[in-house]
Amino acid sequence: MIAGIGTFGDAFSFIVERRELLLEKTVEHLVLSGAALGVALVLAVPLGVWLGHRHRGSFIAINAANVGRALPSLAVIAIGLSVFGFGFTNVLVALVVLAVPPILTNAYVAVDEVEPDAVEAARGMGMTGGQVLRRVELPLALPLLFAGIRTASVYVVASATIAAIAGGGGLGEILFNQASYRTEGLVGAAIVVSLLAFTADAALGGLQRALTPRGLRRKVPAFEPDVVTRTGR
Amino acid sequence: MTNEPVIPEFGEASRCVAENRFFCADWVRDNWAGVLQPALVEHVKLTAIAVAAGFAIAFVAALVAHRFRLVEGPFAAFSAIVYTIPSIALFQLLVPVTGLSVLTVEIALVGYTLLILFRNVLEGLRSTPPEVLEAARGMGCTRRQTLWSVELPLALPAIVAGLRVATVSTIALATIAAFVIPEGLGRPIFVALRDYFKTEIVAAGLLAIALALVADALLVLAQRALTPWAHARRTA
Repeated sequence: MIAGIGTFGDAFSFIVERRELLLEKTVEHLVLSGAALGVALVLAVPLGVWLGHRHRGSFIAINAANVGRALPSLAVIAIGLSVFGFGFTNVLVALVVLAVPPILTNAYVAVDEVEPDAVEAARGMGMTGGQVLRRVELPLALPLLFAGIRTASVYVVASATIAAIAGGGGLGEILFNQASYRTEGLVGAAIVVSLLAFTADAALGGLQRALTPRGLRRKVPAFEPDVVTRTGR
Repeated sequence: MTNEPVIPEFGEASRCVAENRFFCADWVRDNWAGVLQPALVEHVKLTAIAVAAGFAIAFVAALVAHRFRLVEGPFAAFSAIVYTIPSIALFQLLVPVTGLSVLTVEIALVGYTLLILFRNVLEGLRSTPPEVLEAARGMGCTRRQTLWSVELPLALPAIVAGLRVATVSTIALATIAAFVIPEGLGRPIFVALRDYFKTEIVAAGLLAIALALVADALLVLAQRALTPWAHARRTA
């Protein structure tokens, strides 16, 4: 135990002494995570929202998250490595594969579960399908949709550490390189990655609250790792 | 026969293996008993221990939180914090304390199951309709009887849903355990990454995915068997 405390002390001095290296790796980490999340958003949000709007494809949309959760990030990145080789592309593809399922499922469920009365009322006011989607369904779906994005973000930031084995850069490079950075470097980088994940989660939580229409704010879940409790019953 | 080398066919790799193609079935056949099967068994063991221990902790915590609401906040916050820590980081942070041991891996894996299991058990217990509770009280059930014969059976679907997520994500996370101890399906992946041997990476990766999907399917079947009423109501 005493040796353990000593290691943490060394880890903090590592963070202070090597702050430039850590900053550089953190930036790489954020660029990689951000790019993966961006691509996943472009792919998954329109598809999920459209399927939810038409109330179609529930089987695929809901089971996407179940299958996605079964994908070990290490396996996805390693298999991607065998297909695309080392580098940014492989890692980006692997992270997108991991980020799409929770976003898709939550986008679908969010729009699909919008109060039918509200949609009916909007139709009765003479709104077209597109107007119903833009002005009624999307605002009401926003909290749950954003919960999915938040889950995916935490997941991507965590998985991006494993990206280092495939040459993706980021903080994982320190975590996987005990030979150069020794135990204090490993523990120091682990502390930085954890802080990064917390910060990302907290920032997205704040954004989620800001984007939620005021009337719905009480219902916003604090942290929703998945929607299984909602759809599994 | 006794004069043959101990390691047969050493250095006699097939053309597929020599060219490092995407997937060589002959390598998988030759190394199933020696590499892949032991890794698979270790992986199942790591997962089973983690989910069982995580469930025991989360279940007791949820029962306590169901009775005393004050407990919910702190336990939920604690498990949410653990859930946010990236897995490699958590393994590394524990190494100075518990060393490169199975214990380190299990503590981390158990930690990741807590949030999902705790929330699902508690949500399940709270989802009992008030009129059902009223009826149980009217029949003279004690608090304990209500819990064990009314609330818990009704919470089963939510509890199994939580177990599904926890099991599947533990299987996924346990591949990373090989970074700390030489066990589980992550081990062949890490070994193969050193010389970038594709077949071993792909075989172990696919095995991990298949294991997760099979475990998920088995839990769905278990839920159907445990809660015949939920199924009957849906088909009726």
